[in-house]
Amino acid sequence: MDWLSRNLPYLMAGISVGGQYALIAIGYTMVYGILRLINFAHGDIFMVAGLIMVYAATVMPIYIAIPLMIVVTVILGFLVERVAYKPLRSAPRMSIMISAIGVSYLLQNMALYVTGGLSQQYPAIPWINDTVTVFGATTKRVTIITPVLTIILVLLLVTLIKRTKIGMAMRAASRDFETSQLMGIKINSVISFTFIIGTFLAAIGSLLFFTNYTGVTPTAGAMPGLKAFVAAVFGGIGSIPGAVIGAFIIGICENIIKGLGWTTFSDAFTFALLIVILIAKPTGLFGEKVTDKV
Amino acid sequence: MKKRVLAIALVTAMVGSMLAGCSGKSSGGEAGTDAPAASDGAKVVKIGVYEPASGDNGAGGKQEVLGMQYANHETPTVEIGGEEYTVQLEIVDNESSNDKGPSAASTLVSAGVSIALGSYGSGVSIAASDVFKEAGIPAMGVTCTNPQVTEGNTHYFRICFLDPFQGTVLANFANENFSAKKAYILTKLGDDYSTGLGYYFKEAFTGLGGEVVEETFQEGNSDFTSYVTSAKNAGADVFFAPVSTEAAALIIEQAAAQGLTIPMMAGDTWDSNVILNAAKGKDVEIYVTTFYQEGGNEEFDNGIKEWINSDSTAKANNGGDDTIAAVTAMGYDAYYVALEALKAAGSTDPAKVNEALWDVSYTGVTGKIEFDDVNGDALRDTAYVKCANTESGAWDFVAEQGVN
Repeated sequence: MDWLSRNLPYLMAGISVGGQYALIAIGYTMVYGILRLINFAHGDIFMVAGLIMVYAATVMPIYIAIPLMIVVTVILGFLVERVAYKPLRSAPRMSIMISAIGVSYLLQNMALYVTGGLSQQYPAIPWINDTVTVFGATTKRVTIITPVLTIILVLLLVTLIKRTKIGMAMRAASRDFETSQLMGIKINSVISFTFIIGTFLAAIGSLLFFTNYTGVTPTAGAMPGLKAFVAAVFGGIGSIPGAVIGAFIIGICENIIKGLGWTTFSDAFTFALLIVILIAKPTGLFGEKVTDKV
Repeated sequence: MKKRVLAIALVTAMVGSMLAGCSGKSSGGEAGTDAPAASDGAKVVKIGVYEPASGDNGAGGKQEVLGMQYANHETPTVEIGGEEYTVQLEIVDNESSNDKGPSAASTLVSAGVSIALGSYGSGVSIAASDVFKEAGIPAMGVTCTNPQVTEGNTHYFRICFLDPFQGTVLANFANENFSAKKAYILTKLGDDYSTGLGYYFKEAFTGLGGEVVEETFQEGNSDFTSYVTSAKNAGADVFFAPVSTEAAALIIEQAAAQGLTIPMMAGDTWDSNVILNAAKGKDVEIYVTTFYQEGGNEEFDNGIKEWINSDSTAKANNGGDDTIAAVTAMGYDAYYVALEALKAAGSTDPAKVNEALWDVSYTGVTGKIEFDDVNGDALRDTAYVKCANTESGAWDFVAEQGVN
């Protein structure tokens, strides 16, 4: 029991941060699945979602601020695709990627301008911010909620992709972009929908992440974004279950390494693990050559 | 095609609006200092302010600049060699980054400053040291406490105490007041200030017969859950974290969430209202060493509070209230020390100012300031220890601590 209460916090932190990475990683993996584009701006949209919440919560009650934050973030994700990626659809893939990097820096610098570069305190959201005790280990309630909520959202998403018409269109587009267009699928609305889902999950992820780690800075999205991207590659980019499992593995792994006292190497070890997995299985844990990529 | 043109237009508009916003801001900031020079046609002497306004140390840097701006507001002119000069502050942002610092310093060099003040954060000060050296411009550290800033050079001075001193003071305090036997030390990798102070604390603490557990974190890390858990598991008596305020706020949040009951200690960086706001209403115990205690000089306190409250930008830069950070008091003194040096030099020539600095003696709100003959470090032998009052959100004075 003593051993459990000493070590449980590491595991809980790992699972919780893994869930948050998973929500971001899905955005990377879905966009890649359909457009073969690594959306570098995704981590920054995550950060902007945090900032929107900071500012929204100062002028309105929390229960209005949360839905508003989600809606504004989704609109932002939608607009980024329309303005920065859609006009480049027939351009070489590299151009879209550079455009994505451009959007990433644009968002970071806008955030720098708006916040003046200072860390903004994320508002405390009642209930999920409360302290709870699990088996003698004290933590915030959000730590417990995150993995549960992540799994529920992923199950809903998988159902959406497997059972609905738009889901079928997404699967078709990921299998063969050109042919699905010939078959009458409105490719632009499918892509927009993909971005909407991706940013929606990133918005939820930012809510959970910043409730636990309360400082929002213009570069706050960089590290979680990078880790989530690694998770997506780790699980086999293009595969949703892969991204989720990859994210949990990375989250748990880095916290256990910290728990063992090798704090200096926690990131190095995580990335070394990635290299080992990719050498053994170049397409990632769940990536196969011929699968539906969404 | 039409859509592509529209997209380009949209992007251009976005970028354009940002640029417009930025330039508007900077011209607004300078307006105050430009105006007097234009009206009476007096000669202008430029003092460079090399401080972070963004990045990890943005909050602290802005507060330090506030002290200089207030001093400049109070005494906008100086008599050099029998002539009246208007003092103009040239403020640059080094972005708390060791890579970007040197180019910010070059901006000051090309602006033709006679002396540079700053920076908050030892790493960026060290990074810019050579730029100032090559240009022959003296620099004066305000609150950068790492010994390497001034070591082995004759152009970098400083008006604050050093980390070996600060680390020892903190170790003594932990030992005497909490009878601490085991300390948990958390530092940031690649941050000269953080690793330096952590090292000196460890030296002093183990010298007193204590035991330490050391851990580090990396740039960009915001997950401190595991660190707090490790500190609890190690059975430490104090939690020592000489880190930036940004990381500190996250650590305090986690410490409160996990019910960390041991006292948390840190150096001068934590003396900031960022920490007070993070700790307010939480069950944590925080002790810091610092340069100045609010209430130390009534006249200065009232004057600067009035000034901060009358200027909304200044208030925002101070974190939204009128708490006086020690770095602000230090910035205020640094400005006057610079004026003393200019007066003594009798010229705006940087080389002469550099020579004059060695013999400057000035009594400011943070005490008497004199430099030693070797490195140009201030001779200081006491630090103030303060404790965060989590109910009122203010600092409570605890003790004046020296080295035994």
